[in-house]
Amino acid sequence: MTVLEQPGAYRPTPPPAWQPRTDPAPLLPDEEPYRLLGTPAADALDPELLRLLHGHLVRGRRYNTQATALTRQGRLAVYPSSTGQEACEVAAALALEERDWLFPSYRDTLAAVARGLDPVQALTLLRGDWHTGYDPHEHRVAPLATPLATQLPHAVGLAHAARLKGDDVVALAMVGDGGTSEGDFHEALNFAAVWRAPVVFLVQNNGFAISVPLSKQTAAPSLAHKAVGYGVPGRLVDGNDAPAVLEVLTEAVRRARAGGGPTLVEAVTYRLDAHTNADDATRYRSDAEVTAWRSHDPVELVERELVRRDLVDADGLAAVREAAERMAAGLRERMNEDPDLDPMELFDHVYARRTARLREQAELLRAELAAAGAADGSAHGGGREGTDR
Amino acid sequence: MTTAVAATGRKPATMSQALNRALRDAMADDPAVHVLGEDVGTLGGVFRITDGLAKEFGEDRCTDTPLAEAGILGTAVGMAMYGLRPVVEMQFDAFAYPALEQLISHVSRMRNRTRGALPMPITVRVPYGGGIGGVEHHSDSSEALYMATPGLHVVTPATVADAYGLLRAAIASDDPVVFLEPKRLYWSKADWEPGRPEEVPGIGTAVVRRRGTSATLITYGPSLPVCLEAAEAATAEGWDLEVVDLRSLVPLDEETVCASVRRTGRAVVVHEATGFGGPGGELAARITERCFHHLEAPVLRVTGFDIPYPPPMLEKHHLPGVDRVLDAVARLQWEADWTSPGSDSGDSRGSASGARGVPGTQGGAR
Repeated sequence: MTVLEQPGAYRPTPPPAWQPRTDPAPLLPDEEPYRLLGTPAADALDPELLRLLHGHLVRGRRYNTQATALTRQGRLAVYPSSTGQEACEVAAALALEERDWLFPSYRDTLAAVARGLDPVQALTLLRGDWHTGYDPHEHRVAPLATPLATQLPHAVGLAHAARLKGDDVVALAMVGDGGTSEGDFHEALNFAAVWRAPVVFLVQNNGFAISVPLSKQTAAPSLAHKAVGYGVPGRLVDGNDAPAVLEVLTEAVRRARAGGGPTLVEAVTYRLDAHTNADDATRYRSDAEVTAWRSHDPVELVERELVRRDLVDADGLAAVREAAERMAAGLRERMNEDPDLDPMELFDHVYARRTARLREQAELLRAELAAAGAADGSAHGGGREGTDR
Repeated sequence: MTTAVAATGRKPATMSQALNRALRDAMADDPAVHVLGEDVGTLGGVFRITDGLAKEFGEDRCTDTPLAEAGILGTAVGMAMYGLRPVVEMQFDAFAYPALEQLISHVSRMRNRTRGALPMPITVRVPYGGGIGGVEHHSDSSEALYMATPGLHVVTPATVADAYGLLRAAIASDDPVVFLEPKRLYWSKADWEPGRPEEVPGIGTAVVRRRGTSATLITYGPSLPVCLEAAEAATAEGWDLEVVDLRSLVPLDEETVCASVRRTGRAVVVHEATGFGGPGGELAARITERCFHHLEAPVLRVTGFDIPYPPPMLEKHHLPGVDRVLDAVARLQWEADWTSPGSDSGDSRGSASGARGVPGTQGGAR
């Protein structure tokens, strides 16, 4: 006869009372994305802040259209446009202090540029001349990450290390809606929460992971809701409302710096262009949808606010456009120069010192280059001297 | 190797103690060294390699992390970017697989991606290999995966002294090192005096563990004791085997390997990892490329079978043991009837031996 067959014989001891460790209510995002533009609060927005954002947004839009044009001319191998998402890109850069670190994904070139990076250096990955064309320490911008969400744990580790060293440095990591399905997203959120690392996670929910819509990506009420399970506050913001994104991110950065731990911000936005120039967006979304989002354009939203409050005149707007055109012309000109690449550098950065195997292979390439140089009569056939440090 | 030298204060120590001491000394010497992983703190690691570190250096220096290997290694990347020297523990070989994306896509190539601006001085400790009766996913030998990833150093100690010296060298390295710890040698003992990392050859150096003239056994990690035992047993058959311990799979010390093979004219590579696509293939190819005219026989491989690691009750059939090594050595006589072209390049292996293929007379240098 088993225990279950003996009525009344089983008297389980009640388990210790279980108490939730955190009331989830303060962690939950608002039902509606946070907005400033078009609300009464917009009247209180600092005119200088609006002008600053406007200048960045106009330049950002022009940067996106110029880079997209460069793909058609074959100057860029690929460009994942952030047209329509400029408010997120600009706000991510502006929310940080100089000592902070930005961890961009491959679509976030504009955030790196808004942070001060040379636009040409920011594009080397996409042009194909080197994977990372800048020194990450110079502007504290990590390399553009192509594998999804893998840069998020890096941001956590860096922020954790900074705090261990006593530096009040914050890391802001950017990821798309598709990236939130990756394991590294989960692990980064969890590590950051457990360590109370000073990290801000910015999810740019632009509606699609290449062609897969959000409804097939997640069953969560919002991506910001995912934060609650980690014990992290989730914030939902209109990703096309630049002052709103900046305010939410700035608050999250402040909180992280003060030791309050990480925040997950979901910015609801839309990718007006295709995923890249290799993508056909008409296969998975309607013109009507795109048109509807065009009427909620992040650049126009700020511009309309400046006009509404009479904070800018026609000359002022023209001056902003001209500055953006000059940036684009400079970018075009410099991108049309052929990069000066030294094939022998292929062996320079695999290890701190070349291995014997790599020295051997470098010799092979040097000989090939010399032979090719002799054949076409060019002066620099052998490449520069290798550095066998 | 195990002779006690009382005058120098050498005492018996296990490999696990030497590893623990290496971590402790590295942390004491350099505040940038941080240990992190699952169970490394309070418990001291499931193999006790990190025993006492959290107590001595604090939980900020020896950190119990959430159970997530990609997160452990991924956060280590960010820590390295900020100037720390993370030493991460993967607990068991097959548990490292979730971290492979971080290892392959970021750790191994961050220096390269950034043209030298972001070196990754990370040590990834991976207890590996079988022979301890571990259940599924506790006994893999995945060194070929790591060897095939440019940008990683891959090292594995086989002795107590090497466990200390190589781990100190790995932690000091400005490049990422996959540090493979042979589980079944954790409790092997030797008389050893700690605190002398400079006495141990560094990363990229192989060591001849036994001099011999008949053939070279090339091995590393858990198979070194097997090869040394086989070499002793082979003397009864008249074979005088040389045993090379690679210690470092990347970079590979081809000079020591080739010098040995040129001396002996015969080579067998021995490892637990699967043979197909395994480290032995790379060694056999390299030896053939560089020592072809010195070879008296094909380079043979004695490896684990090309199967997923078997359940523990069957692993004795999978792991290369002394008999399988000796069988391979016997097969090195394959060309017994073949006539030597005579002295070929002035090396000392005595190829003019008149009774080729008769083991007892092999090796003129003796």
